[in-house]
Amino acid sequence: MNDISTWDIARNLLDGALWTIGLSLTAFVLGGIAGLLLLFARIARNPLARRLAQGYIEVFQGTPLLMQLFIIFFGGSLIGLEISPWLAAAIGLTLFTSAYLGEIWRGCVESIPKGQWEASASLALTHVEQMRYVILPQALRIAIAPTVGFSVQVVKGTAVTSIIGFVELTKTGSMLANATYQPFLVFGFVALGYFALCYPLSAYSRILERKIHGSRAH
Amino acid sequence: MAYAFDFASVLEYREVLVDGTLKTLALTAIGTVLGLAVGILGAVSRAWKLAPFDRLFAVYVEAIRNTPFLVQLFFIFFGLPSLGVQINEWQAAILAVVVNLGAYTTEIIRAGIEATPKGQIEAAQSLAMGRAQIFRHVVLPPALLKVWPAICSQVVIVMLGTSVCSQIAAEELTFAANFIQSRNFRAFETYFVVTAIYFLLAIAVRQVLIQAGQRLIARRTK
Repeated sequence: MNDISTWDIARNLLDGALWTIGLSLTAFVLGGIAGLLLLFARIARNPLARRLAQGYIEVFQGTPLLMQLFIIFFGGSLIGLEISPWLAAAIGLTLFTSAYLGEIWRGCVESIPKGQWEASASLALTHVEQMRYVILPQALRIAIAPTVGFSVQVVKGTAVTSIIGFVELTKTGSMLANATYQPFLVFGFVALGYFALCYPLSAYSRILERKIHGSRAH
Repeated sequence: MAYAFDFASVLEYREVLVDGTLKTLALTAIGTVLGLAVGILGAVSRAWKLAPFDRLFAVYVEAIRNTPFLVQLFFIFFGLPSLGVQINEWQAAILAVVVNLGAYTTEIIRAGIEATPKGQIEAAQSLAMGRAQIFRHVVLPPALLKVWPAICSQVVIVMLGTSVCSQIAAEELTFAANFIQSRNFRAFETYFVVTAIYFLLAIAVRQVLIQAGQRLIARRTK
């Protein structure tokens, strides 16, 4: 049992961390695309689109990520699809991410003063042109800091996918803790791994936030 | 060949569901009260720069906010016993919730404390109030009232997050779901019903907290 050295533990955890990074990137990119669609539905003129998008966001923000993963995992096999833990994790985290990003970005768009809409309307811009040339460029500037901040939640969310059997950092840690009987050491390393991924993102988000508030004061 | 849904087989286990729901709520309630206490201590240490606690809380907040709750839970439940601290699954779950919520509420409440107008503190000082008195009567109630909606959101997030406590065999709502689906082999229906319960809990807990909080704190700020 004791032929698993600290070096072996670190190397295996590093392998797991790569899967954590891969899943985080997948969920963030796909979730961002879906979140953009949600944003447009959320601020559309069509009340049905608005209502549907709002319902989607409320459901995904109001239920545990673990339950969402279970439903995708078992729901897939129900309709005859063989869903691997990796696929279920990617789908689940993408949906989860899209709900939060859609809502964050809606806040950014709505924080643009009404005068900007009115001014651009008075220049005879269409709704799409208003969005494209006036509203979105300004909203984007505000959106960067909270978006980077939320990416921390995505990375942390990937830990839950270990429960449906996806072998990432946390799952690797659980298996190593069982094999080595050194849970304190192993989970300490696992926590350090997440910290190394998340802290730079948190710090960067804080810097961005300060920059925006600083430039607005002028 | 269509799949025949069978939700009745889930409702046969309603006692298990009720028991799990109550335990999830109890875990959330205990965690919230203790977590808020930690958060208030942390917030005042950070906002008023009470050395050395301000530094300690800064490290604590960063450590907790940048690691997943599940890893914190495993670290406490599996890691602490190897240091000789014996701890059962509920103690571990409560400790993890308190530690986690404490870090987030430290930051939330700190924002509220820092938004206190300087004149209020000066006015209190001119009335010869001590530092502790000023904090308790002048600073804290309005600060809490200001950030209460953010605290409520965080409590709901933490409550939904407690579903991973099933992994250390704390018999809360998700554990109940795992138990039921292992008996009736209706995984989808079981998780669907339990997800719906969580959804209703999230709405109810938020409403109750917002109402109760506004009333309780608003009375003290008058």
